[in-house]
Amino acid sequence: MSSDLPLAFPLRAARVHEVSGPGATAFASILAARAGGVVLWVRENRLADVLHPPGLVAFLDPARLLLAHTRSQTDSLAVAEEALKDGAVPLVVIEITHPLDLSEGRRLQLAARAGNTMGLCLIPEGMGSNAAETRWHATPALDQNRSDSTLMRWEIIKNKSGTLGAWHVRWDEQTHRLHVVSPAGDRPGSAGISG
Amino acid sequence: MWFPRLATDRVLRAYPVDGPFALTLRHDNSERLYCLNAHAEQAGLHRDMSLADARAFCPDLLCRPARPDLDVRFLAVLRRWALRWCPWVGNDGADGLVLDISGAAHLWGGEAALLANMHTRLGKAGLAVRLGLGCTRGAAWARAHYGTQEQALDELPVAALRLDNATCIALQRLGLRSIADVSGAARAPLARRFGPHLLQRLDQAFGHIPEPIAPATEPPHYGVRLTLPDPIGLVADVMAATARLLDTLCAKLHAQGAGARQLVLTLRRVDQGSQQVELRLAAAMRAPARILPLFERGVATVDAGFGIDQLRLEATLVEPLAAQQTGLSAAPQSPDRLADLITRIGTRIGLENVQRFLPADSHIPERSFLIAPAAHSAPESGWRSGKSRPLRLFAPEVIVATGSTPPARFRWRRVAFATARAIGPERIAPEWWLDDATWRSGMRDYWCVHTHQGRRLWLFYTPQNPGWYVQGEFA
Repeated sequence: MSSDLPLAFPLRAARVHEVSGPGATAFASILAARAGGVVLWVRENRLADVLHPPGLVAFLDPARLLLAHTRSQTDSLAVAEEALKDGAVPLVVIEITHPLDLSEGRRLQLAARAGNTMGLCLIPEGMGSNAAETRWHATPALDQNRSDSTLMRWEIIKNKSGTLGAWHVRWDEQTHRLHVVSPAGDRPGSAGISG
Repeated sequence: MWFPRLATDRVLRAYPVDGPFALTLRHDNSERLYCLNAHAEQAGLHRDMSLADARAFCPDLLCRPARPDLDVRFLAVLRRWALRWCPWVGNDGADGLVLDISGAAHLWGGEAALLANMHTRLGKAGLAVRLGLGCTRGAAWARAHYGTQEQALDELPVAALRLDNATCIALQRLGLRSIADVSGAARAPLARRFGPHLLQRLDQAFGHIPEPIAPATEPPHYGVRLTLPDPIGLVADVMAATARLLDTLCAKLHAQGAGARQLVLTLRRVDQGSQQVELRLAAAMRAPARILPLFERGVATVDAGFGIDQLRLEATLVEPLAAQQTGLSAAPQSPDRLADLITRIGTRIGLENVQRFLPADSHIPERSFLIAPAAHSAPESGWRSGKSRPLRLFAPEVIVATGSTPPARFRWRRVAFATARAIGPERIAPEWWLDDATWRSGMRDYWCVHTHQGRRLWLFYTPQNPGWYVQGEFA
């Protein structure tokens, strides 16, 4: 099962994807680290928790991050659409607070296609849009063996052009690479994985 | 043209005072008189006197702090105004102007009439002025500062040669009190004793050495306008007119080696109303093709009413922009595209809301980074890695627990967690030089707690004020 992550994870370019769950920020950071170039991160300025750049250092250089603080989700979507269409940045991350309707999701999708840019929506649980190319659920998992681990369970719960699946992955801070961890053994969390 | 009381006259024009008045400037840790009016001088006060002494001499002295920067601007205004008399006007020190009136005096009816005209006009403006006329710049300066119009240059004291204080005193000790004495003395010993400067000044005053007047150039004006015979109202028409204005403006910017950072398009309607479209750019630019699409959003919101018949485009903020070499590689295009994107996003959410992280030198997690507007900062490296830090940070949220080691079980955000592994403590003390309300509870012991549920949280314990809090979440 673990061998087919390469089919799904370097997410399809020029599409908008979604990720939810407590590990969504790390998912977005890993995607940003792999994207290269400047990454635009769009969020509403009233959100209480902030990105902590010293924590981002493990994934990517915070200097590569450009933040857009908006007043409302409408502004967020407008900014994201503009950036996706422009194509000057390879990845646009959007933090969503209200569910997207089909036309909003579709507009983002079309903008991503026009600009050949990837979009990633960080959505609260269960607020996915039908227009998304893939939807992921990322949760951190406990690693019994390593104390510095960044073990996560990534599950793809919607895929327009492929199959579903779940993987345990670990981010290597030194080499900046993503490792798929074998689910063998009695690691907690591995029991739920199905083919 | 010498304005002996330029600074006080400038202030008194706005706030007339009938009595002794002085401006003070803080110098060497004491307030000293910077400039005084005629009343104050009659009361026996003088420049560079300390304010306390001046108050003792003259109890009803009124004071204000001096603003040398405004004085400089005022002199620049006067310089422009003085162009009414002749086209060649330069600054002379901080409180004087020098005018080359050759070829202009007869237009005013001769030199005497010209001087009288200057006196009346400047007197009406409330400025004390001393005028000196001479066939050289040095002679005019000497008459303005030390003599009258009728006096010959020879009779004036040596200080009128624009010499420093030490040289003047030394000359007086030698018995050379007037300019005639100096010019009559043998040149070689003077040069040996005082250096070439004294003789140079002497020759300049008598016209043996030319001394040019450097008129200051007018700063370039980045504004263009277009008046239309018939009013227009369609967005496409307004954009076409803007394109024509932009071409002219950008050619001007190009000639000056500058780029616009902020543009204002004023649209005047037929009914005298006017509307402004402001455009702030993320980077200085002067390419019309790049700026024009950025105006579209603003122009679309304008209410044209009965039509627009005048457009005015002004670059209100201009930065130097050197020409860049292009064509050697394809890469340099990317920063331009990014700046364009920032501008376009900025027109919607405000340019200051497009930001980036900058590193800051602090151990306090909340202060270990800065958020700065991306348009006015450059990306910086120098992030400290090593200590593991959470990806998300929030305001500390209290959890129920006791003891100085992390609790085995706790509830946070209505979810129960069981600790599997706790890494720490890492003690961070508050920065005592800053009074931060959130750090009043004293130092903190930070723990990275891995839970059986999977989530990795950043907890801290405050030993001085026992309590447990969650402040961040790792990936």
